Amino acid sequence: MSSVFKVHTMAEMMANGETPDILFWVGCSGSFDDRAKKITKAVAKILHHCNVKFAVLGAEESCTGDPAKRAGNEFTFQMQAMMNIQVLDAYEIKKIVTACPHCFNTLKNEYPELGGKYEVIHHTQLIQDLINQGKLALEGSQIYKGKKITFHDPCYLGRANDIYEAPRVLIEKLDAELIEMKRCKTNGLCCGAGGAQMFKEAEKGNKEINVERTEDAIETNASIIATGCPFCNTMMTDGVKNFNKEQDIQVLDVAELIANAADL
Amino acid sequence: MSIIIFSILFVVGFYFFTKNILQVRSNILLGQKKKITDNTSERWKTMLLVALGQKKMFSRPIPALLHLCLYAAFIITQIELVEIFTDGFIGSHRFFLPYLGSFYVFMISFIEVLSVLALIATIIFLARRNLLKLHRLNMKELIGWPKKDANLILIMEIFLVTFIFTMNGADEAIQNLKGASYNFAISSHIANFIFGDFNEHTLHVLEQIGWWGHLLMVFTFLNYLPFSKHFHILLAFPNTYYSNLEKKGKFSNLASVTEEVKKMMDPSIDPFAATNAENEAPLRFGAKDVTDLTWKNLLDSYTCTECGRCTSSCPANQTGKLLSPRKIMMDTRDRLVEVGEGKRKNGKDYTDGKSLLGDYITEEEIWACTSCNACVQECPVNIDPLSIIIDLRRYLVMEESKMPSELTGMLTNIENNGAPWQFSPADRGNWINE
Repeated sequence: MSSVFKVHTMAEMMANGETPDILFWVGCSGSFDDRAKKITKAVAKILHHCNVKFAVLGAEESCTGDPAKRAGNEFTFQMQAMMNIQVLDAYEIKKIVTACPHCFNTLKNEYPELGGKYEVIHHTQLIQDLINQGKLALEGSQIYKGKKITFHDPCYLGRANDIYEAPRVLIEKLDAELIEMKRCKTNGLCCGAGGAQMFKEAEKGNKEINVERTEDAIETNASIIATGCPFCNTMMTDGVKNFNKEQDIQVLDVAELIANAADL
Repeated sequence: MSIIIFSILFVVGFYFFTKNILQVRSNILLGQKKKITDNTSERWKTMLLVALGQKKMFSRPIPALLHLCLYAAFIITQIELVEIFTDGFIGSHRFFLPYLGSFYVFMISFIEVLSVLALIATIIFLARRNLLKLHRLNMKELIGWPKKDANLILIMEIFLVTFIFTMNGADEAIQNLKGASYNFAISSHIANFIFGDFNEHTLHVLEQIGWWGHLLMVFTFLNYLPFSKHFHILLAFPNTYYSNLEKKGKFSNLASVTEEVKKMMDPSIDPFAATNAENEAPLRFGAKDVTDLTWKNLLDSYTCTECGRCTSSCPANQTGKLLSPRKIMMDTRDRLVEVGEGKRKNGKDYTDGKSLLGDYITEEEIWACTSCNACVQECPVNIDPLSIIIDLRRYLVMEESKMPSELTGMLTNIENNGAPWQFSPADRGNWINE
C-alpha cells in the first residue's frame, strides 16, 4: 500500500508543520489483527481517495481502555484514558474517526469527563458524509448490485450510541438488497465479544453466542454479512466457519464494501 | 356504625401503607449518594412516555395490549374509588350521581367496560403463566414465592372486578325492582340475569358485600404492594423520572479512581495532603453488597416487576449461561430487604456477614455478561441491570483481583504494551506498509 499513497503519523505531520482535518484512531484490533488491518486499509483508502487530510497516531496510539473498563478495572481504564488524552491534547486534536465502535464509544462518551473533549465519529458516519458531499461516487458500481446483504448491528454502535442508519444507508448505496435479520437494530443480538468477552472463554452454557447470531444471519439467505466492528467481524467469521459456510457467506466491514464498490 | 368501621379501616390501611413505604424509602437510601437533578423537562417527558404512556411495553404487542387493559382499568377505577371513599366517610350512596347525571352513567359505564377487559386480560395472563407456561414466566429464578406472588396479584384482580360487578349488579337489580335502571353499560344487562331472583333485602346485602369487599381488596392490595413485585405500579413513575438519559454505552467514571490516577500522573501533587471530603475514597471500589450500589440501583430493584424481558433478550441467557438480568434485580432487592431488616432490628451498624456478591449473585453470572445493553433496552420501566453487573465486576477486579485468568493477561498487556494482546506498540503502524 505504501506504493499507492503514504499514511502520515501525527508526529510526521507536526514535523512538517501541517495539521490534519481528522485523526484516524485505528484501535488495537485495526493495528494488530490481520483481518482487521484490511478494514483499516479500506478506511485509509477511502479517506485518501476523498482527499481527506488525515493522520494516525502510529506508535503513540494506545488502547482506549475499553476492555479494561468493561472488565471492571477502572484504574487501568483511567490510566489509559489520561495518557491518551495527553497525547491527543498535545497534538491539539479536534476531530477523530474510528472504525471500532468500542474505541468510538469510549472516546466519545467516557473521555470528556476525564478532560478529553473531541468530536468523535464512526467511520460509517464519515463515509456517509463523504458520499453526501459528493466526494465519493458509487454510481455505476456493479460489484454488489442485487446482492443480498444483511447488517449485524454492533452493540456499541447501535444500542450504546443509537447509530442504526449510517451503515444501512451505505449498504443501500451499493444497489444491494439489504435484508434485516429477525433481530436487528434495537433488538439486535450481540456477537458475543463485548464486555471483554473477546479476551476470554465464554462461561458454561449450551451454545456460543456467535453461533446463535450467525444462525440469524444464515436465515436471511444473505451472501454477505456486513458489520461495522472488528470484533463483530471476528465473531461472525468464526460463526460462519462453524457452519462450514465460508464458501457461501462473506463477512465484510461496511468500509470494505464501499472501498470495493468504489474500486479503491 | 358503618362510617366508624370505614374510618377505622381507612386510617389503619393508610397508616400501614405509609409505614411500609417509609421502610422501603429508608432501604433505598441505604445506597450510595448520586445526584440526579439535571434535565428536569427531559425527565418529565421520559416519565410521561415510558411510565404513563407505556411506550416501551409495545415492543411486544400482545402482552402490551393485555397489560394496557389492566392498566387503564386500574387508573380509571381510581375515580370510582374516590366515590367509595366519600360514601364511606359520609354514609351516602353514589354521592356523585345527582351532581354528574348522565356523565356519571358514562363514567361508571366506562369503568365497567374496562373492568371486563381487565378481567379477560387477567384470565389470559393466568393462562400464560400456568397453562401455556411461557418460558419467560417460568424460569428458575421464579420458582417459589415469585410465581405465587404473580398469581396472587392476578387472583386479587379477579376479586376486585368481581366485587365491583356484585356491587353494581345488585344495586341495578334493586333499581329494576322499582322499575328503574342506572343504565350502566355492563351491569344493566347482567343484573336481571344474575340477581333477578333475589328479594330487595338480599340485594342490599349483596350490594354491601360488593362495596365492602371492593374496599377491603383495595386496602389489602395497597398494603401488599410494598412486599410484592407489583410495586412497579407506583415506582415506575419515579424510576423512569430518574432514568439514565445518557447514551447507554457510557459507563460511569469512578471519581475516586480519577483522584488516584491524577495523583499517580502528577508528581507535584502531595500524596499525603488531606483529600477534599467530597472525593474521599469510598470504603471500597465497586460493589460487594447492596449498600455499595447507588440509591438508583436500589430503586431499580424495587421497581422490577419480574417480567423477564431483560432475561429473554440477554445473549448470555439465551445460550444457556447462568446470567439472568432479572435475577440480578431480584437478588439485589431481596438482599436489600434482608439488610434493611437486619439494621432495623439490630441497629444501623449491624452486618450479618453476608453480601450480594457471593451469597446471592455468583461470579460466574457476572462474568457471562457481554455488556450489550439488550436488558437495559428491553426494560419497560428503564431499569439498568448492567450498571450493577459492572459495579460487581469492579469490586472483584479492583478489590480482590479475582477474574478469569485470560482477563488478567489482557489487563497486563494493556498496562505493559498498550494493547489487549502481546504486541509491541512500535508495531502499531506496520499495517501502513504491509
